[in-house]
Amino acid sequence: MAGKPKLHYTNGRGKMESIRWLLAAAGVEFEEEFIETKEDLEKLRNDGVLMFQQVPMVEIDGMKMVQTRAILSYIAAKYNLYGKDLKERAWIDMYVEGTTDLMGMIMYHPFQPADAKEKNLALIIERATTRYFPVYEKALKDHGQDYLVGNKLSWADIHLLEAILMAEECKPDILSAFPLLQAFKGRTSNIPTIKKFLQPGSQRKPQTDEKFVAIVRKIFNF
Amino acid sequence: MSGKPRLTYLNGRGRMEPVRWLLAAAGVEFEEIFLETREQYEKLIKDGVLMFQQVPLVEIDGMKMVQTRAILSYIAGKYNLYGKDLKERALIDMYVEGIADLMQMILVFPFSPPEAKDKNLDSIKERATNRYFPVFEKVLKQHGQDFLVGNKFSWADVQLLEAILAVEEKVPAVLSGFPQLQAFKIKISNMPTIKKFLQPGSPKKPPPDDCYVEKVFKVFKK
Repeated sequence: MAGKPKLHYTNGRGKMESIRWLLAAAGVEFEEEFIETKEDLEKLRNDGVLMFQQVPMVEIDGMKMVQTRAILSYIAAKYNLYGKDLKERAWIDMYVEGTTDLMGMIMYHPFQPADAKEKNLALIIERATTRYFPVYEKALKDHGQDYLVGNKLSWADIHLLEAILMAEECKPDILSAFPLLQAFKGRTSNIPTIKKFLQPGSQRKPQTDEKFVAIVRKIFNF
Repeated sequence: MSGKPRLTYLNGRGRMEPVRWLLAAAGVEFEEIFLETREQYEKLIKDGVLMFQQVPLVEIDGMKMVQTRAILSYIAGKYNLYGKDLKERALIDMYVEGIADLMQMILVFPFSPPEAKDKNLDSIKERATNRYFPVFEKVLKQHGQDFLVGNKFSWADVQLLEAILAVEEKVPAVLSGFPQLQAFKIKISNMPTIKKFLQPGSPKKPPPDDCYVEKVFKVFKK
């Protein structure tokens, strides 16, 4: 028995990608089982292993966990990436919810109808540069530390790096007005576990393309 | 200075209602500021008190907390409604996230176009009856205890009761196939703090009406 967490999802980013990032950053090896067809999903549902008939599902520590946030919170706490007390956890939660909202917009972008794509991309860039990134830039500026919360690497930092890289895929110079985030990106990318995850051959998934959109639509019926 | 948490939102349920429920269930008195005009909302943004320029905002323990889930997690943690260990917390998180997905359907319902309302109502009924309520019915049946997790009152129980009542407002007989949930509803409703919250004159807000929908557009839409 491996004892490694086992991730059930499609072979692409979607809602599972943040979980891959967090496990990787925590230095935790994990296995993946990919849902490739509608039948694969039906089988999981019929086996009764998906609490709300949905994926992501992560088998970890004897549990079959579902719901992305629940899974991420569990991993963060287990691997000491959730701050030292309730207040630090509150800050981490607030920051993570912000990056979740931003990454959610980016995640759904490829699924937008063609005539809405351009406007949607503009909105993503606007939100990133006027609503979200300024918050993290200011947080780093105010305390002058390397990490967002409590002078220690946490889930919030890993999630922010993921969001930055996704936003840069939308607009390569999106960090141009955020010098501290640029430095943060450089530093955090060089943390050994994260550096490893950013290298080719890791379990990090590529950007969502038309092909993946079609697979997802077929499997999940939308 | 009262020291009581202070909630800023519209005078209606929206995304703040689960926070009102949880504070009330924990026996915590709170104050509320209601947004009536766009100017009030813009002033909050200008004053820099909304981390991501959004409400809900809850001022609690010296923090200006935003992001509903972050706020709820903090309150649950603070008032011992979050289980006794990481695994109980994981279960509570999974349950609460599932319920939040159901509540999201109810939240957006008043904003659906008239021609989509019937279909959306059917979806709410279908999801409640086929996806969400069966999970909690089964949990309660399997352990035979009064509360969902760890034989102790938690955030999950509060959230489930809120969802049951919200769905019942739209689908009155929705619990007809769920005897455990019927008993749960009565038991939890009779807990002193909850009973008080369910009485007229409490901070519990009425279901959204056309007036509320109009207010949302007035205050938030550009």
